[in-house]
Amino acid sequence: MSLLLTAAQTVGPFVSIGFEKASVPDVAPVGVAGERVVITGKIVDGDGLPVTDAVIETWQANSYGKYAHPDDAQEKLLEDNFKGFGRVLTDAQGGFRLTTIKPGKVAGPAGKQQAPHITVVIFMRGLLKQLMTRIYFPDEAANAADPVLNLVPAPRRATLIATRSAEGTLQWNVYLQGTNETVFFDY
Amino acid sequence: MSNINPYRKSYFDTQPDYLYPAYRSTVKRAPLQPQVQMPQTLSEITGPLFASRDVAASDYDLTAQHAGAPLGERMIVSGRLLDEGGRPVPNALIEMWQANASGRYRHPVDNHDAPLDPNFTGFGRVVTDAQGNYRFKTIKPGAYPWRNHFNAWRPAHLHFSLFGQGFAQRLVTQMYFPGDPLLEFDPMYRSVSDERARSRLVSSFDWENTMPEYAIAYRFDMILRGRDATPMETKENKK
Repeated sequence: MSLLLTAAQTVGPFVSIGFEKASVPDVAPVGVAGERVVITGKIVDGDGLPVTDAVIETWQANSYGKYAHPDDAQEKLLEDNFKGFGRVLTDAQGGFRLTTIKPGKVAGPAGKQQAPHITVVIFMRGLLKQLMTRIYFPDEAANAADPVLNLVPAPRRATLIATRSAEGTLQWNVYLQGTNETVFFDY
Repeated sequence: MSNINPYRKSYFDTQPDYLYPAYRSTVKRAPLQPQVQMPQTLSEITGPLFASRDVAASDYDLTAQHAGAPLGERMIVSGRLLDEGGRPVPNALIEMWQANASGRYRHPVDNHDAPLDPNFTGFGRVVTDAQGNYRFKTIKPGAYPWRNHFNAWRPAHLHFSLFGQGFAQRLVTQMYFPGDPLLEFDPMYRSVSDERARSRLVSSFDWENTMPEYAIAYRFDMILRGRDATPMETKENKK
């Protein structure tokens, strides 16, 4: 039996009706192990204007590198109180803020380890289907050997790696177009 | 730990492209660089899982969220969530939002000159049962104008957001109504170039699930990405 995948359609401008109630700006409840990080950023369109009607969803492993999911067969510690899912909406300035913990390394293709990263999907008016990208962490030695980062042309890799601000928060902006266009994936 | 069983890629032309200039908002928001192709890893085949305890039993009913009943034509919208292999997708979170019967959203950005309904918010959610079934009770939304082009009207529609069992299955779509004359003029609907794929966004009238003297019904089945055959068991994934 083979059925046809339902076609994606845009979330449209009124997406907050559907997603605001179930937003998850703090991914890691108190007691979850790991380095706490605050990730802030903005989404910018091809005219440099802020995108004020976007939703960012995130999915990540815990600090031991284990996903709360039965398909993860890695022998690593699972934490009952950590799901790993985040969802934030952009504000009137196109900004967002997500609090979480830095995930551990997880298994990757061909026996390689993946550097700590957060899997991201983005929805907004004007996107007929979601964008798929990743957030990597600054000052992370494992980035150099990450099998997914290494698929990205070297000059564009920086768009996936957050930077550390003077206040210690992580900064990660999404540029939909232009010279700094963020790398988006297809998988 | 290399036995990743990935989700299939969609067939050619069954999904819209990012850039579709007839839908004006795509022009400055669609990425212009090609997407970087990557293999699915543990990070993409896993994803947030939900269960019926994550929603209230009453969340399926958009007509019972206020003191009074909303205006409009009451309807049942139900169907099944399956994957491309025809397997039911149980425990899937479905979020749904919509305009009221006049074609107005309860949202500060919506300035369409049509009345708000104090008895209608336009948001519901459910978790699919073990057979992938879902069911909402709501009212039929109205069509509404938008400023995409001269005299642009959106056909009546419901927004559906779906979580399957892996992040790679994540899908947001819209459901339309059979026989709607606005469909052929709607850039969003037409952004799906394959006619067969597009027409599957249109629900069907569902006589069987109508509630006599109470509500009409529409059926809308949705299909998420499926996986190829289960990989061989190895020593690694058997334990």
